[in-house]
Amino acid sequence: MNSFSYLKRRILNRFMLFLSYGSAAFGVVILFLILSYIIIKGASSINLDFFIKLPKPTGETGGGIANAIVGSFIVVGIASLIAIPVGVMSGIYLAEFGKNKFASLIRYFADVMNGIPSIVTGIVAYVFVVVPMHGFSALAGGIALSIMMIPIITRTSEELIKMVPDTIREAGLALGIPQWKVILFIVLRTASTGIVTGIMLAVARVGGETAPLLFTAFNNSFMSFRLDQPISTMTVLIYNYASSPYPDWNAIAWGSAFVLIIIVLVVNILSKMFTNTKYSL
Amino acid sequence: MAKKLIIEHLNAWFGNVQALKDINLDIEENGVTAVIGPSGCGKTTFVRCLNRIHEVVDNAKVNGSVLLDGENIYSNTMDPVLVRRRIGMVFQKPNPFPSMSIFENVAAGIRLNGSKKKNEIADRVEKSIKMSALWDEVKDKLYKSATALSGGQQQRLCIARTIAIEPEVILMDEPASALDPISTARIEELIQQIKERYTIVIVTHNMQQAARVSDYTGFFLLGELIEFNKTSDIFTNPKDKKTEDYITGRFG
Ligand SMILES: Nc1ncnc2c1ncn2[C@@H]1O[C@H](COP(=O)(O)OP(=O)(O)OP(=O)(O)O)[C@@H](O)[C@H]1O
Ligand SMILES: [Mg+2]
Repeated sequence: MNSFSYLKRRILNRFMLFLSYGSAAFGVVILFLILSYIIIKGASSINLDFFIKLPKPTGETGGGIANAIVGSFIVVGIASLIAIPVGVMSGIYLAEFGKNKFASLIRYFADVMNGIPSIVTGIVAYVFVVVPMHGFSALAGGIALSIMMIPIITRTSEELIKMVPDTIREAGLALGIPQWKVILFIVLRTASTGIVTGIMLAVARVGGETAPLLFTAFNNSFMSFRLDQPISTMTVLIYNYASSPYPDWNAIAWGSAFVLIIIVLVVNILSKMFTNTKYSL
Repeated sequence: MAKKLIIEHLNAWFGNVQALKDINLDIEENGVTAVIGPSGCGKTTFVRCLNRIHEVVDNAKVNGSVLLDGENIYSNTMDPVLVRRRIGMVFQKPNPFPSMSIFENVAAGIRLNGSKKKNEIADRVEKSIKMSALWDEVKDKLYKSATALSGGQQQRLCIARTIAIEPEVILMDEPASALDPISTARIEELIQQIKERYTIVIVTHNMQQAARVSDYTGFFLLGELIEFNKTSDIFTNPKDKKTEDYITGRFG
């Protein structure tokens, strides 16, 4: 009976192993197909002009997406400026002082916000920012994205700060260091590599969002640095150009997708490199 | 000799569990006081009550008084931060700051307690590491991560970190339990050297160590202080039967 069940176990083991390899391979193949398709379709539109020129009007060939690249950085930059301090500080609050009802409520709220479809976030930003300001703006876009980033950063910061053992806090307190300094300069520092990774992943995540920008940052055919004016972003540009009937606009959309994916990839790789540095937990 | 700490009617709880029951004892200035007793008897809890670190644990409570130079550290006007600056502590398990280098670990207390000049910090760091008998092992890697040190080296680093803030009292919770005999001897030597300037309370499981390094010894059992006396008296002429049983190894 023993040898039989051993055989059975081995077969089952093989089968399960095959299933997990298969699933992993499936995921990788799909990802590879998407990436290679974008590279094939997109790389051909990439040249220096693509990065430094503005879009040409319909019918004219050439041009670039300089305004959209700049715009994406501005909008994501505004979002980060708002979301990083708010998110990290909320994370500190939840991790260090979060044993009460109010904190549980915030935690629950953050989880719900994490699950809200991004288009809804866009509508909310439209109602509360665009309408009062009487117009689309880079600021509204940044606020919309920051609403998405805050709960992500809050929850990852909280988890990472909680992972810092209490013995570290006690070591700091026992040196006669005030609690706020212990949290800021010892605990936060211990968790910082992880928090930076979480922030970068949040940046990469919202960097690829289109829906919340459609009726907040809207669009702009020109180079704009103004926060109170509509601004072009790569994702919205891809959305508009990909659904247009003109083949050369479609090509520009592919090229932009290529650039966007490269940027997201770089941010992801950077965040991985951060995790691997020494001095982490 | 003057009394550095006077402990009166000290009780401590974890939730509803009482870990210390009405402890009364005096700690002599510039002396070494050993705390002995079987595992779980409250030694760690006792020293943690002396620098107000017990209360940072959830649901932990203390009452009674601990007079530091005549002033109650548990009075409402006493800032626990200032108490901890005067009463330093080395924990049972080495707990260096993992995100900091060896140098930064020792400098942390000085820097975060108000900025000092760079070379003054460097001086104090070097002095403290030397006093902790760690200098030769780390002098070439001061800027490497502290977690790359061995357990014993980490514990000596924690001692250096405590010395660096120049407290008046140093609480050591089994500082040598993770150490080899040579490092243990070094720590004992260190205690002898620094007791001129500090008041030391040391928790230990090692009777020989208590006998070697301490002037006074307190024996704890089940949260109570059974006997407190000169170390020589405790070990040669214990008054309580339970103390005698413990130090002769009949239980514990
Ligand atoms: N965080 C805690 N929560 C609840 N009970 C605790 C906690 N820490 C310690 N205790 C309890 O308090 C009592 C005293 O513990 P303490 O750590 O002071 O013992 P100790 O004498 O230092 O033991 P050891 O020699 O093993 O270090 C024990 O019964 C222990 O179970
Ligand atoms: Mg203990």
